[in-house]
Amino acid sequence: MMGLPAATQGLFPVPQLEYQNLAPVLIVLVAALLGVLVEAFLPRAARFRAQLVVSFGGLLIALAALFFAGNTDGVIAEGAIAWDGPARFLQGLILVLSVVAFLLFTDRKIDPGRDAFAPRVSAIPGSAEEQSLTEKLVQQTEVYPLALFSVSGMLLFPAANDLLMMFVALEVLSLPLYLLAGMARRRRLLSQEAALKYFLLGAYSSAFFLFGSAMIYGYANSLRFSEIAAATASQSASEGLLLVGIGLISVGLLFKIGAAPFHEWTPDVYQGAPTVITAFMAATTKVAAFGALVRIFYVAFGPVREQWLPLISVISALTMLVGVIFALTQREMKRMLAYSSIAHAGFLLTGVVALSQKGVSAILFYLVAYGFATIGAFGIVTLVRDGAGEASDLSAWAGLGKRSPGVAALFSLFLLSMAGIPLTAGFPAKFAVFSAASASGASWLVIVGVIASAIAGFFYVRVIVLMFFTDPQDDNTTVAIPSLATAISLAVCAGVTIVLGVLPQIGLEVADRASLFIR
Amino acid sequence: MNVYTPVLVLAAIGAGFALFSIISGAIAGPSRYNRALLDAYECGIDPTERKAAGKIPIKYFLTAMLFIIFDIEIVFLYPWAVAFDQLGLFGLVEMIVFILTVFVAYMYVWRRGGLEWD
Repeated sequence: MMGLPAATQGLFPVPQLEYQNLAPVLIVLVAALLGVLVEAFLPRAARFRAQLVVSFGGLLIALAALFFAGNTDGVIAEGAIAWDGPARFLQGLILVLSVVAFLLFTDRKIDPGRDAFAPRVSAIPGSAEEQSLTEKLVQQTEVYPLALFSVSGMLLFPAANDLLMMFVALEVLSLPLYLLAGMARRRRLLSQEAALKYFLLGAYSSAFFLFGSAMIYGYANSLRFSEIAAATASQSASEGLLLVGIGLISVGLLFKIGAAPFHEWTPDVYQGAPTVITAFMAATTKVAAFGALVRIFYVAFGPVREQWLPLISVISALTMLVGVIFALTQREMKRMLAYSSIAHAGFLLTGVVALSQKGVSAILFYLVAYGFATIGAFGIVTLVRDGAGEASDLSAWAGLGKRSPGVAALFSLFLLSMAGIPLTAGFPAKFAVFSAASASGASWLVIVGVIASAIAGFFYVRVIVLMFFTDPQDDNTTVAIPSLATAISLAVCAGVTIVLGVLPQIGLEVADRASLFIR
Repeated sequence: MNVYTPVLVLAAIGAGFALFSIISGAIAGPSRYNRALLDAYECGIDPTERKAAGKIPIKYFLTAMLFIIFDIEIVFLYPWAVAFDQLGLFGLVEMIVFILTVFVAYMYVWRRGGLEWD
């Protein structure tokens, strides 16, 4: 039992906060609050412009603040946040990916005069209210502050250095995403279903994470990662609490990255959410969640690796195989990309299994390649349309290469990068995680990974064949002319994919330098 | 393990009391059934016919959410009030920042008509 000190003087010391290093997170939060005020006080007509200024201004200033925040590694905010290479790298990546994804949000040209979001989310689908709002071209802009709140949580998530801060970051990033998933303007019911499923399962997995944290606290008497590691190294008694804690926390985090067998929500949510939101969350959530997962397994649970390595290896293999085999059978573009993202979670987990500094740098590089290719691919999905909105069925994509070779070529580039074909960013990324895993002796996992990559190559190439070497089946499919913002976003994604494919050294060196966790 | 013994004993007493109440009630109590007893609500009011998908006024929900905002604010103010002399200027500034943040949510509700009952 801990007794309270007799004197209360100095019981509550003033905390030391390194505002310079916390600035990126705080700036994004302030931008989100300003966005809420914009929603409250500006007339509807002026909101869109104001939200653009606030969100892009906030994200870019945060990026600048991150750049000038300094490179001295250390533990900040009374030990609650780590300021080290992976944290800085991932914060920068999340901010850049957010800017690129936010550019997609702004598009009002694909569907003239309207964006991808429901005019009033609370309106009953198919009601007269919804009809009249749609006819009057009413637009809501609440998606911007919500997404900014989510970004602030994502920035905090991979930098969190204790379980409580990690949980707060997890909730801040998740709660707005549950709402955003339900905001699609087309196919309202599917979108609402996605939001509800995401919310229920997400809340469930958060509870797992929290319960695991309680177990770990019972074991180590601390929530700080370094102290958990110290406790696992020194004591051998009551390991039950530790193992239950590791298991429960793993469930919570593996749910967020969409690893099998906790992947079931991914296809439904990715399909139902507005495609631009899917692009945003598929890329940034995975970056943030992998940052947190790698930090917790390397820093806190590193000393007891023999306890969890076999389990994570099996989950990694299972995730790769489930992802690619289910992707083979999909008839719907967004669901296929969702299963492909599950497979990528499996490939990334092989880097976690490597448990070396090389593994961390490989994961960082892989996340860059995956993030840009994902936003690019979902961005293209918003362009290809039929009478009812986005052409979701794969058959509608047949012969696209003949009608719009540019769009089809761009989509092929992103798919080839996801498949890991040389001269795209996906190849060095996959090579890096597999070689890190094999250097650490996980050869069987690498073999599974290579087999999974071969199967994955089949369904990616099948889409390319469908676009270029198949005759169009119906003439309903059209390719919309995107706005300048969408075009810039797609160009950035394509540029990063090609540059990192041709000159991977640029990215690998930066990732190498950023790959050391502070303990 | 002995630290958990009182918890286990307490849990056993709780479960035992529940079991005892149900079983003794079933054995010793009179069992006279009538229509009112078999209704969903024993007070005799029929459950509403409305299906679950029907509309329910959102006002109650909004009021409850607003209450939670201010409730959390007050809960957060208490520990500060206890230690404000030790935290000094830092504590004051942080509290002002916190209250301003809560007011952003309040202003949003106010401007969007969340406080209008009709």
